[in-house]
Amino acid sequence: MTAPAPAAAPAKGAAMARSSAPRSRLLSAVLVLIFAGLALAPFVFPGSQSLNVAAKICYFIVLAASFDLLLGYTGIVSFAHTMFFGIGGYGAAISLYALAPDWTSLAIGTLAALVVSVLLALLIGLFSLRVRAIFFAMITLAVASAFAILASQLGWLTGGEDGRTFRVPELLRPGTRLMDGTLFGVQINGRLAAYYLVYASMVLLFVTMLRVVNSPFGSVLQAIRENDFRAEAIGYRTVVYRVVINCIAAAMATLAGVLCAVWLRYTGPGTTLSFDIMLDILLIVVIGGMGTLYGAVIGATLFLLAESYLQSLMGAFSAATAGLPVLPQLFHPDRWLLWLGVLFILSVYFFPSGIVGRLRGR
Amino acid sequence: MNVAKANEPAPAALPARKVDWAPLVLVPLLALAALPLVGSTATWTTLTIAALAMGMMIFIMASGLTLVFGLMDVLNFGHGAFITVGAYAGLIAAVPLAGWLASDQLAVNAVALIAIILVAMAVTGLVGYAFERLIVMPVYGQHLKQILVTMGGLIVIQQLVIVLWGPVQIPLAVPQALRGAFFFGDVAIEKYRLTAVVLGLMIFVAMQLVLTRTKLGLLIRAGVENREMVEALGYRIRRLFVGVFVTGSMLAGLGGVMWGFYRETLTPGMGLEVMVMIFIVVIIGGLGSVGGCFIGALLVALTANYMSFLAPKLALGSNIILMVAILLWRAQGLFPVAKRA
Repeated sequence: MTAPAPAAAPAKGAAMARSSAPRSRLLSAVLVLIFAGLALAPFVFPGSQSLNVAAKICYFIVLAASFDLLLGYTGIVSFAHTMFFGIGGYGAAISLYALAPDWTSLAIGTLAALVVSVLLALLIGLFSLRVRAIFFAMITLAVASAFAILASQLGWLTGGEDGRTFRVPELLRPGTRLMDGTLFGVQINGRLAAYYLVYASMVLLFVTMLRVVNSPFGSVLQAIRENDFRAEAIGYRTVVYRVVINCIAAAMATLAGVLCAVWLRYTGPGTTLSFDIMLDILLIVVIGGMGTLYGAVIGATLFLLAESYLQSLMGAFSAATAGLPVLPQLFHPDRWLLWLGVLFILSVYFFPSGIVGRLRGR
Repeated sequence: MNVAKANEPAPAALPARKVDWAPLVLVPLLALAALPLVGSTATWTTLTIAALAMGMMIFIMASGLTLVFGLMDVLNFGHGAFITVGAYAGLIAAVPLAGWLASDQLAVNAVALIAIILVAMAVTGLVGYAFERLIVMPVYGQHLKQILVTMGGLIVIQQLVIVLWGPVQIPLAVPQALRGAFFFGDVAIEKYRLTAVVLGLMIFVAMQLVLTRTKLGLLIRAGVENREMVEALGYRIRRLFVGVFVTGSMLAGLGGVMWGFYRETLTPGMGLEVMVMIFIVVIIGGLGSVGGCFIGALLVALTANYMSFLAPKLALGSNIILMVAILLWRAQGLFPVAKRA
């Protein structure tokens, strides 16, 4: 076992054919709970803050799952994933801002962003995936940081540090009433339509990714992760597979970026390109469980719920220990990343298969 | 090299090692090529000195990373955290010694500066030791986990720095005697930059001497080439490696102090910011090569400084362009080190 085997990889014999299934009642129950919870979120948890959290969970699921395609399934670490996320966000933002706020320009923006992302991913992949995983990690880090600076410098196009606020197609605007009165006490307006657009896209993209990893193509990726030398020896051109999955993951991240832009009606460096988001995705995928895709769902849900609600808990604890030295700072709500970092390291060591692996009982 | 061929060397004598000149020529070539573009000689000199100072600091910060990688095949993404820790640890001495730093006398300044550097290096050395024991050791030989775990270490250390020193930026003034600049006609050379160049050169020379003239250096270089063989000869490469890791961390700490004085402010994210540049330097130089790292640091700093003068908008991309150009020329970096799978 010299190859890094991060995931619960029982991909042997008969288990292989069923590897798409959650393979655990508990895990299935949690997944059903999450998907159903997100579907009913506007009605079960009314209020704009919880709707924001739910929508953020949706596009983060897509983003984290697409990152898992690289990290968990192929065993390559990319630090440029937020770059593609940002390209999607900026693609939608720029075209909705510069052209008319309608569906056509959203489509144009999405398409343009996809083309840019895939080309860039292809270029980076061809350039650096020939060599080792480490090389790719370093080069993507460099390229992504250059891109982030570029986006903040090209103010005339991207709005610089302030980002771009824009109007979305009419159907999705908060002012749009789709029905008179309320349904279960909730107004049926454009905001709700936007949420369900994000939700439906998330489900569609997630199922697409499940399909990708459970195809013969996906099996080759896992073979590469387990032992690339052997995969090559069997006759698969590993470089081609790595580059293709890099492009697919980039395209998915781009679409997640579009969803993010449509929901927030704003795109800026802080919401898409920052390195903090890259770390968030990394934490989500590793803590959730690498190489499962379901890990991304559970990880994103827990992470964002924690980000939104745990921080206030930490704030309370910090206030309670106000008299003591250091402790208040350690539990300051802004220091929650410290604890997540610790959790992250521990999970890499002790639970390499993450929460999903735990739920599967291995 | 022809000499060796002409007069038949004695059987015992090893053939002279071939020196790879091409990358060495690159630095002066780049500097000279920029001269007509910049136009004025005075500006060019100032820019070049500034770039050399910056290059030295980057070299100091990057050298530990490249050595650790070369010797143990560990790429430490947490290296940037040592830079931050070094800079902040310097504060431990800098705050009580503020009076000495502000003094007019060079000697008092120097003592304070040395004290700050020693404290910073001691602290980063300890942090590096703990980091190696707790974080890196369990995952030797597993690249993916290494990247993840050292990244996690980076987050934790960076957050701890915020816990201890707060999230706001802290000003750090250059010692009184090193403020201002020397003037040679039109050419202005900042004193601090000159100090950085001298210090960086001293460290480079010291490092080269240790690596090429001592038994310890011989073992390290042999370890880079072939770890198993050194182990088979009876040396404890593990112990050697811990030493190199701690030294590398200390160098990062020293670089952090110098970088902190250079920027005159400390922020918890400062290590991560230079990390990208350090990676580029290490890739350009050839992973594991100290000489390559030196040349790479100079190239990156020169390019960055000239470009920010000539075309500020392009400056951010210049490092990437430089890296791509060099990798197209030599895919393994300027000085490729022993290839491993």
